[in-house]
Amino acid sequence: MDFQVVVLAGGTSKKLVPLVSKEVPKALLPVANRPVLSFVLEQLELSNLKDLIVVVEGQDAALCVGGWISAAYADRLHVEVAAVPEDVGTAGALRSIARHLTAKDILVVSGDLVSDVPPGAVAAAHRRHDAVVTAMLCTAPVSGPSDSGFSGGKDKTKKPGRYNIIGMDPTKQFLLYIATGAEVEKDTRIQKNILHAVGQMEVRGDLMDAHMYAFKRSVLQEVLDQKDTFQSLRQDVLPYLVRSQLKSEVLVNGASQAPPEENGNEKNSSLNNHMMLSRILANASMPSFHELYASDRSGSAPVRRTHKCCAYIASNSNYCTRLNSIQAFMDINRDVIGEANHLSGYSFSAHNNIIDPSAELGSKTTVGPYCMLGEGSQMGDKCSVKRSVIGRHCRIGSNVKIVNSVVMNHVTIGDGCSIQGSVICSNVQLQERVILKDCQVLWFLQAVSIRQSLWLEKRNKYKG
Amino acid sequence: MGAQKKGATRVSEDVDALARQPLQAVLLADSFATKFRPITLERPKVLLPLVNVPMINYTLAWLESAGVEEVFVFCCAHSRQVIDYLENSEWYSQPNFLVRTIQSHDSISAGDALRVIYERNVIHGDFVLISGDTVSNMSLTQALQEHKERKKKDNNAVMTMIIKRSKPSPITHQSRLGTDELFMAIDTSTKQLLYFEDKADHSKGTISLDKTLLADNSSIVLHNDKQDCYIDICSPEVLSLFTDNFDYQHLRRHFVKGLLLDDIMGYKIYTHEIHSSYAARIDNYRSYDIVSKDIIQRWTYPYVPDVKFCGNRAAKLERQGMYRAPEIVQSCSSQIGPFTVIGCGTKIGSDTKVSNSVIGEGCTIGSNVSIEGSYIWDSVTIEDGCELRHVIVCDGVILKAGAVLKPGVVLSFKVVIGQGFVVPAYSKVSLLQQPTVEDSDEELEYADNSSGTVEISFRVTTDKLNGEMTSESSETHESELGSGGVGYIWSICEGGHEEEWRHSIAPIPADKFAEITQTTDDDHELLTQDGTALPPSGELKSDSFSNISEDDEMEDSKDDSAYFEKEVEATFLRAVHENVKVEHVILEVNSLRLSYNMTSSDCAGAIFYSMMKLALETPHASASELLQIATNVISTWQRLLKSYLPETDEEIEVILKFEEMCLESGKEISPLFALILQLLYDKDLIEEDAILTWANEKEGADESDKVFIKQAEKFIQWLREASEEED
Repeated sequence: MDFQVVVLAGGTSKKLVPLVSKEVPKALLPVANRPVLSFVLEQLELSNLKDLIVVVEGQDAALCVGGWISAAYADRLHVEVAAVPEDVGTAGALRSIARHLTAKDILVVSGDLVSDVPPGAVAAAHRRHDAVVTAMLCTAPVSGPSDSGFSGGKDKTKKPGRYNIIGMDPTKQFLLYIATGAEVEKDTRIQKNILHAVGQMEVRGDLMDAHMYAFKRSVLQEVLDQKDTFQSLRQDVLPYLVRSQLKSEVLVNGASQAPPEENGNEKNSSLNNHMMLSRILANASMPSFHELYASDRSGSAPVRRTHKCCAYIASNSNYCTRLNSIQAFMDINRDVIGEANHLSGYSFSAHNNIIDPSAELGSKTTVGPYCMLGEGSQMGDKCSVKRSVIGRHCRIGSNVKIVNSVVMNHVTIGDGCSIQGSVICSNVQLQERVILKDCQVLWFLQAVSIRQSLWLEKRNKYKG
Repeated sequence: MGAQKKGATRVSEDVDALARQPLQAVLLADSFATKFRPITLERPKVLLPLVNVPMINYTLAWLESAGVEEVFVFCCAHSRQVIDYLENSEWYSQPNFLVRTIQSHDSISAGDALRVIYERNVIHGDFVLISGDTVSNMSLTQALQEHKERKKKDNNAVMTMIIKRSKPSPITHQSRLGTDELFMAIDTSTKQLLYFEDKADHSKGTISLDKTLLADNSSIVLHNDKQDCYIDICSPEVLSLFTDNFDYQHLRRHFVKGLLLDDIMGYKIYTHEIHSSYAARIDNYRSYDIVSKDIIQRWTYPYVPDVKFCGNRAAKLERQGMYRAPEIVQSCSSQIGPFTVIGCGTKIGSDTKVSNSVIGEGCTIGSNVSIEGSYIWDSVTIEDGCELRHVIVCDGVILKAGAVLKPGVVLSFKVVIGQGFVVPAYSKVSLLQQPTVEDSDEELEYADNSSGTVEISFRVTTDKLNGEMTSESSETHESELGSGGVGYIWSICEGGHEEEWRHSIAPIPADKFAEITQTTDDDHELLTQDGTALPPSGELKSDSFSNISEDDEMEDSKDDSAYFEKEVEATFLRAVHENVKVEHVILEVNSLRLSYNMTSSDCAGAIFYSMMKLALETPHASASELLQIATNVISTWQRLLKSYLPETDEEIEVILKFEEMCLESGKEISPLFALILQLLYDKDLIEEDAILTWANEKEGADESDKVFIKQAEKFIQWLREASEEED
């Protein structure tokens, strides 16, 4: 497939501080003891998309990510790692690697996407309709982003989160309208000319843009060149392309540079052939409304320029979440070893958990289902672990309770500790009888003693 | 009255007997519109023949077949004619189908009609609300069932609207029935109607869905491809709603929209889409044409000419959709084309061609006549060599030899067209004079929103229909319709010429299509050009929107005020260059202010900005020269500025604007800030209160914000001292 994949791996996202740091950029955050980026890369490999550019914000982060990739995927994928300055936005990142883009179509994936939707299906949908852009949409999480088992249902009154408002044609193949960001909260304004062309449009608030896009390269580059104020693919480029689909400018202005098959000044016959071809590919007996609109009544030469924006809707059974907040980090960790455990790539034991053979468990210690214990970790006696991930080489004392938590690598936990709904970063040491409850993140902590326990309960984030 | 007696007995068993209520219907035998003028001046619309059968028969026949047991026919205009017709028809003698009439003379809208019906207290359960000009063959069972079930669950589900798929033309933006395109938003799962927009404003390029709609419904479908059949299943609450809201006139524009907007009572309207069956309302001449063709092509089966459904004489169906009644005298050299209906007792001369037309009973058609796509009612005489294309010819019309009717012509009752006379396209000819403007002031107002009164027509008819007077007056105008012609050609003013082709029975001419396409494309281009001429604001919004036509109003208020400022500036510059008087400038700015919905402080800001800009743009060598120019400008136009500075607030706005300007566009003028401020104070444009308030407000601001405070410090200091001294 003539597809090039750009994985936008981000840098050290501010939202995820303190989880991320210079040493651990966002892409390398552990999900079930694997860097989150590996989930995307595996999916791409499964779809046989092996020509990748991983874009990382910041030189240091790029070095980390590059080091890990070359170690893990050296012989499996053809990966280039490119560093871009921080805060250039997703569109800016693509702009700065523009010269590396050569394929006819580009698949852009966010590096923090944990999903089992095959990227190949998105690419195929894109090709089938000869679209300018195809966006993958998934069902928005039903509970609001902050409402989950961890926070104990504080926000139960919250309505399903709305991330995007999306308009589609009745066949659910074309993207006709998209509102992102702050626009979602405003009144929805829909262009009448699109409605005229398509007749009916389904407007939904329960879908979410999953940050996986296929672009036609020539168009993408043209938009990026011309609209130098565009910062984000999600908020600027995609809405722009969707809005202008019946009044396409991209192909008009790019006529001189665009490859011949997109050049509108060609003879009618070849254009008609082109239309027919796309119709055959789309397996449709009728021309799509784009073509009808373009060709007007006369049905001969197109008088208006249009381009197609498609949508690929992930089915409800697919798992699709982005790791873009601390809450999401905990949720994904829980899900990947829980409901969505096919994603983790591990084989689960009969008790539905993963305990590395090299891990040592004391007597009367139980590790419940949906748990993971990394290699070389040791646990004392009478411990209990439920729905938690414990990293490598952790030393955990006796009578320790760990529930709904993520414990990273090389953590030392003293006897009698109780940890609930928390994330404990690498190299933290907890002294005896520390109680952490819904204390989201603990990092760089040398030692916590019992006296600090109560205090910790009140603070969400703590740095020692 | 029988109905009332019945009603009284029923009230007691009301609740538990709801399910067993006989199904009732309200048939409005008046469209409360003027679209069928001039014909409706003499005969009510519901009695106009549609494929040789009065329209009301289609509606009544359908109601009967749909299981309605009691129909209340509401008559208003020409009520006597409707009642007489019904009394003589067989509808009064049907078993299990009660037809009752309700007469009112002062109702001017559907709303009034429903209020009258409410007062009569005759409706006790769910009822079908329909207008007497609707043709349908749908089955009501399912829609009724759905309505009842919804009603059981939610008492607020008061109405179910029947809709049908019909995509409007992308060019003319009207449906095939000639009605305006319709935008609806419907909930996917519940089929609840959430948004309704007819009479779309074409200048507005977008539809705005309220944000709460999507908050409450995860998925809604916006339709542009549906047609409103004007068949509603209503709960009795609908009647009381009309009574409560006495300003509701139009069923759709007021009632439906009113309910959708009103979120206090929470009444809900649902839709029921029909797929295979037929339903259409005759709203204008175009729909008359289209529905007639549908009937001839049997979409409305069983209501077709060869089936006897209500006192019509069955015609015989021949090949190619030709219907011929018995007793036709037809010359063997005449050609009758496909999809034509010919009524009983009609004579057709030799070499006459008829195609796609309906010809009524007892007509006499000469030889060498060509009739195409026309509707000729009863007892019409067409002499030799006439030519008719896409016209409606009412009862008793006489066309003298060689007369030509161009497409879209409507000839009302008993008009006579002179020999060889060519009636221009889209003209309407009647024996009655067009109501003059002063006569129909009130009515025109209604005509605009198409819920017009027929009161006038009623009066006109009674006044003038005493034959003699009419013929007398028309004979003086005989030249208008050729020699021997009788009647008046109505001047086209209602709705304007623009609208004529939209609603006429004639197909839209090809050049019209080309013209519209051209204009819309030009509009697009124009808008695009305008758009690109705008300064690139760097924001996604204005940038991408300006590229898309018709999107101007999408720009938020910020862009609005930018436009406003530009307009004010342009006005001001013109005033300077053309020496316009201050009073006139004030008038112009006021009108701008109203049209952009701005406050007077916005005006003050914008005017001051334009003044300073003018000063800056005048060539100057040094700062002192610039000051001189600015002083001149301010003193010349101080009256203009003063008129927008009634309060301290506006004055502060001017100072803020000045500050902003100094920071952004006019750095050059910033050294002069204090001096100009003082000048404004000296000219009494800005009071000391305003300056001091401004200074106080800025007290706590960032250092960078205080640049101008510092500059004007001395002056402010002086002001403070002065005010203290006064104290």
